[in-house]
Amino acid sequence: MAIEERNIDPESGERTDEAPVSHAVVQTGIGPSNNLVPKTDEMMLNMGPQHPSTHGVLRVLLELDGEVVRKAIPDLGYLHRGVEKLGEYRMYNQFVPWTDRTDYVAAFTGNLAFVQAVEKLMGLEIPERALYLRVIFSELQRLASHLLWLGTHVMDLGAITVFLYSMREREAILDLLEMQTGARLTLNAQRVGGFPKDIPPGFLEKLEAFLAIMPGRLTEYDMLLAENPIFLRRVKGVGVMSAEDAIQWGATGPTLRGSGVAYDVRKAVPYAAYDRLDFEVPIGTHGDVYDRFLVRMEEMRQSLKLIRQAVDQLPGGPVMTGDIRVALPGKEATMTSIEAMQRHFILVIHGFRAPIGEYYSAVESPKGELGWYIVSTGENHAYRARNRAPSFVNLQALPLMCEGGMVSDVIANIGSIDIVLGEVDR
Amino acid sequence: MADSYVPFRGKFVPPPEGVDPEEHIAVQKLRAQMPEAIEEVSSFRDQVTVRLYKEYLVEACLFLRDTPGLDFDFLTDLTAVDYPSRAKRFDVVTHLYSMTQNHLLRVKVAVAENESLPTISTIWKAANWEEREAFDMFGIVFDGHPDLRRILLPEDWEGFPLRKDYPLAGYGTYTS
Repeated sequence: MAIEERNIDPESGERTDEAPVSHAVVQTGIGPSNNLVPKTDEMMLNMGPQHPSTHGVLRVLLELDGEVVRKAIPDLGYLHRGVEKLGEYRMYNQFVPWTDRTDYVAAFTGNLAFVQAVEKLMGLEIPERALYLRVIFSELQRLASHLLWLGTHVMDLGAITVFLYSMREREAILDLLEMQTGARLTLNAQRVGGFPKDIPPGFLEKLEAFLAIMPGRLTEYDMLLAENPIFLRRVKGVGVMSAEDAIQWGATGPTLRGSGVAYDVRKAVPYAAYDRLDFEVPIGTHGDVYDRFLVRMEEMRQSLKLIRQAVDQLPGGPVMTGDIRVALPGKEATMTSIEAMQRHFILVIHGFRAPIGEYYSAVESPKGELGWYIVSTGENHAYRARNRAPSFVNLQALPLMCEGGMVSDVIANIGSIDIVLGEVDR
Repeated sequence: MADSYVPFRGKFVPPPEGVDPEEHIAVQKLRAQMPEAIEEVSSFRDQVTVRLYKEYLVEACLFLRDTPGLDFDFLTDLTAVDYPSRAKRFDVVTHLYSMTQNHLLRVKVAVAENESLPTISTIWKAANWEEREAFDMFGIVFDGHPDLRRILLPEDWEGFPLRKDYPLAGYGTYTS
């Protein structure tokens, strides 16, 4: 007898939830009692923490009914390092390298979010050139992050070719970041008050070369994916999230915009030089995986547009604020004036003190709204450094996207949220 | 000679001036509707903080969410700050944002160590994990939370790491 038939009540014709009673068990009295007979069609499945498609050490506990996901329970914390606790013990500039290690595929925006929160807490004026450079590097970092997302997300869905191409372009961006900072992932590119050094000679030429090839490469990805029937079947209508749900669950970034809400920190609370640049915020219409894919693809084009404008408008001048509360006196002054040298030592050894107060400041990281809430009691370190991590909050919407869908769609959904576990667990 | 010597020192930094918190539309409407809920209002630079009494938290949050003109439909962040010397040692800090009105409000509630406070995850679902994290890191209990478990630390972890009396290296390491 088939499982379906056995579970149907012969008199009423309705499906019963209890498992069918085995006559053998009843007659002999040996074996499990009726309520302990397992339902043969339900199963708990551990996905992760060592699963290549969870993009890190994410564990999702799936309650399956055949191939259908009844319940998805994310389990976090495998990469928890206590970044917020460390933020209470490290001086402001000492803590900047830690912000690299939260969202480690977009270290620049991580730096910027923290540094900007401290700057606003202190009321610092940042020179124009630094603001434009922040736009250039933020958008380069967004491109690098989205390219990594594109490669891995699409590879999870079976299209391996795109990964090779997107990593090629990401490599070019990492080379540019390396020219500026000497590092490829953990950049530590900024200090409170601006940049520790200006862009090196030859940087803009290399950037121009990148800007010249990149639009063509984006078209190349579209050719590989836009009419690929396998890819479209995997992403269209999958993981649908309405705009109301997305706002309720606190989603930000492309995860929110895919559902049709045009909220972007760069437009809502402009920072750096974004209020002087022209760009659009792409939004989706259905809120499925495909829309989130399209939003990120269009964001890459907008990023190129932003870099183009920022390079054209890039003003001259210093890249570090002149406010001597935070700025080092400079090599020449340090070597010629004893007071400047003392000042240099004090800034390096003791750091600077922020006024008593609290500030919440956010940037639009590639993942969403990346905010820092800093409480200062007038010390040279934060009394409380709270990281509002977009991946952490966006991941809350995963059960909503997965439940009722197929088990293979879980992978598409995780990829479409674009989480980084360093940021989820902090 | 002594008069002409100008030492290399930082310029005088005046204390930061905040905006007038009473001018914030949310403060005005809260004052008009439920003045008994507000303990105090303050501001730092352009950000306004409202400190509410715990008993009125849910009522006030619903008011902030549903009142036309306020429309705080988005919970940006929920966290806590530990002040061990205070009688009520924890401040539960919530950042509310309105997608339609584009304004931010910081809401604070003071909680003592053995007290609990009502959950607001019924009002904004985003508070679900944020409250779990506050429970995980500070040991603050949220009444009525659907699933109040540790979230980042293992279930059997001892202590609450973001409390000020918890050592940086943790318990059981070579430093303690």
